[in-house]
Amino acid sequence: MTVFLQTLVSGLLIGGIYALIGMGMTLIMGVMGIINLAHGQLMMVAMYITYAAYTFFHLDPYLALFVAMPGLFLLGCAIQKYLLNPLMDVETIIPQNQVLMTVGIAIVLTEVARFIFSSTYLSVRTGYSTKVFFLGGVSFNWPMTIAFLLAVALTVALFWFLLKTDLGRSIRAVAQDKEAAVLMGVNSRRITIITYGLGAGLVAAAGCLLIPIFYLFPDIGRPFTTKAFVITILGGMGSTVGAIFGGLTLGIAESLGATYIGMSYKEMVGLIIFLMVLIFLPGGLKRLTKV
Amino acid sequence: MAFFEAREVGKTFGGLKALSDVSFTVNQGEIFGLIGPNGAGKTTIFNLINQFYPMTTGDILFKGKSIKGMKTHRICHLGIGRTFQVVKPLKRLTVLENVMASAFCRVNTFKEARELALETLEFCNLMSEKDKPAKSLPIAGRKRLEITRALATKPELLLLDETAAGLNPAELDEAIELILKMRDRGITIIIIEHLMKVIMTISHRIHCINYGRTIAEGTPGEVANNPEVIEAYLGESYA
Amino acid sequence: MKRNQIINALLALVFLLFPLAVTSDYYRHLAILALMWVVIGGSWNLLAGYTGQISFGHAIFFGTGAYAAGILADKLGLSAWWGLALGGPAAVLMGLIIGFICFRLRGPYFALATIAAGEICRLIAVNWESMTNGMVGILLIQSFRSKVPYYYLALALAGASLLVFSRAMKSKWGFYFVSIREDQDAAESLGINASLYKNLSLAISAFFTGTTGAFYMNYMAFIDPEVVFSLPYISIMAILVAIIGGVATIWGPAVGAFIMVGIQETFRSAIFGLAPKWVSQSHALVFGLMVIFVILYLANGVVGDWPKIKRLLVRSPKTGDAAWLSLKRGKSERPSEG
Repeated sequence: MTVFLQTLVSGLLIGGIYALIGMGMTLIMGVMGIINLAHGQLMMVAMYITYAAYTFFHLDPYLALFVAMPGLFLLGCAIQKYLLNPLMDVETIIPQNQVLMTVGIAIVLTEVARFIFSSTYLSVRTGYSTKVFFLGGVSFNWPMTIAFLLAVALTVALFWFLLKTDLGRSIRAVAQDKEAAVLMGVNSRRITIITYGLGAGLVAAAGCLLIPIFYLFPDIGRPFTTKAFVITILGGMGSTVGAIFGGLTLGIAESLGATYIGMSYKEMVGLIIFLMVLIFLPGGLKRLTKV
Repeated sequence: MAFFEAREVGKTFGGLKALSDVSFTVNQGEIFGLIGPNGAGKTTIFNLINQFYPMTTGDILFKGKSIKGMKTHRICHLGIGRTFQVVKPLKRLTVLENVMASAFCRVNTFKEARELALETLEFCNLMSEKDKPAKSLPIAGRKRLEITRALATKPELLLLDETAAGLNPAELDEAIELILKMRDRGITIIIIEHLMKVIMTISHRIHCINYGRTIAEGTPGEVANNPEVIEAYLGESYA
Repeated sequence: MKRNQIINALLALVFLLFPLAVTSDYYRHLAILALMWVVIGGSWNLLAGYTGQISFGHAIFFGTGAYAAGILADKLGLSAWWGLALGGPAAVLMGLIIGFICFRLRGPYFALATIAAGEICRLIAVNWESMTNGMVGILLIQSFRSKVPYYYLALALAGASLLVFSRAMKSKWGFYFVSIREDQDAAESLGINASLYKNLSLAISAFFTGTTGAFYMNYMAFIDPEVVFSLPYISIMAILVAIIGGVATIWGPAVGAFIMVGIQETFRSAIFGLAPKWVSQSHALVFGLMVIFVILYLANGVVGDWPKIKRLLVRSPKTGDAAWLSLKRGKSERPSEG
């Protein structure tokens, strides 16, 4: 029973961070209608920024949030403006050009990181990295718990932004009906740029939160891209609330899979859930809430 | 045995009843008009006939056999062709290629398909456009291409969905001429149309629906004078 | 028509005589690689370019063919010829399973499902150690020392695939594939069994990709999951080969294969040893940059954008600029094929 509870708790904690990753991807999906296959790689960039800030300026990873998030926001804006938006005007037989472009971006980001930092495994070990506390026989890892709470705080902030500010409303408008939004005077190009920046910023936050726990190497982006993409489908494309549930579900499922099936199958659990959802529940968890 | 029969057909989308208990029969060789205000459920009937989605209740019989639950492409092979209200040309193909693609429904070789397609283009007066890409055609040409394409599948029953909408008077006359020419060839036609000029002049019988229910059926004259039909189209005060 | 036939005959002759003229194993190896990509790029093009089912998972078929050949030789001790013969059918079988799952989905959802299916295949190959040797991979002994037999095998495969693709596209099948790409609903209402023809296109595509995978196993004599099930270096490379040459053209992917292999090798060899050594380590980066460049500037490929490129090369610098701009925007109309 304790093992089960322990599994559930660690799944839930990591799931909170997955939700943060998934929400960024979902926002991009909702506004641009594309899956951003460079999502995990953007997180990897944020993690290297955090690592550099820690190593050279002894900046605490949680404080590095304030460097990495704006940095990735700008990087994201630039990617959307100079690499993705120009594709909207190009007429080709393959409509998935933008998705392919994100794959190209993912490869470039990974290889640039490898160029600068080489393939060595790096880590940021803070004083609290391995600290745990217990609650009713279940251990809570401190950095995971902090990460979870910060993820919740960021989620709340995001929702406030989307629901209460003009810019947030414009983003939701474009996601719901692009043409109508444009007719209402929304500058949809600008919105796509900001949205991609926002998505990159959110995943950057997730990177900062994960760095005290994970090893860092150039290829770490790829599994997280896969996860983000599973979460987005699981939650229902474009649904931010769905992404939260998708993230938590994936976290718990992976954790259960690792405990009861085997560590090496952890990655596969997510992909199998993904295929099952695509086949049996197209539209994701969002579908369940509507008739 | 009726040539074509819809028996108490109904369709529900989610909780919304789009169509309930609509019944009608169509005789071989006639032009059967289907009218009703916007959103009355006319196109839904077509989508049920060619099985784009399954009907909730009722049955549809073609030449005495139920076609319920068949696949869309089988319906075409049985001899029921259709056009779309929102035209769906194969955009990057030329007009000729569009028609050839559908001609393959009846023939198997490139040569035969080309012959059948050219013959059909000639019949529909679209020969001059044959090498243009379909997306470059104006609306009248696209509507005509829809008909040509459906005709190349050699249908016995043709479902025409608002083929006259958006045409100017000269084009309208050509469209009417083409429809009559097809009837003379022995093709049975069910036509959805908003333009009274068209539907009243060419139909043998007209079936009128509103809010997914039948409100009248009869010759053009009978339907035009039916108070319920007038009410549906013009509002209560004119009835 | 006559002129085309002469060009084709000349091309065939050049390829047939190539190993006699070029005795360097290195260049023979490059030619074999390029011919393999002719087949894979063309296969992807049949399914995606013509039938409109954008696959991000052609590594599934390549890997299945390679592993089928490898396992038959390694575990059952059959000869390499059996592997070559059965690699294709194994990939077709896998293709039908993938089709059963993924063809329920349309458009971008299909593309996503193929990515996931590809990753699952890779993970299975990593974890099913009793069959695949996991990350260790499968090592065989080559049947031939010389590259020449492999060259002719690859040439035969490339020739056969081009013949099948061009024949198919001029027949009923080709018309049906393109109709499904353009509008699946319209195609269905015109009597086209979309599900059947999508699976047919997938099966042909999988067969050639799988056979190439089996050929790769026998030729390279070593495979591991990261190589043959690679998302970037097989699945994405297949897409790139087709795009850089010209999607939905018969010759496009063939041209693209030689361009891609040429460029990749140029950087891998650090521009033939002229550049400093770090250049050779950056070939993955170059691959990524190529993806970005091709999509931005050559979305319709060398064959599709040929008129624009010609204008760019022939005209004066001033009009050249204008051509460059229009190339960038990619506003050209592609003559439709098939």
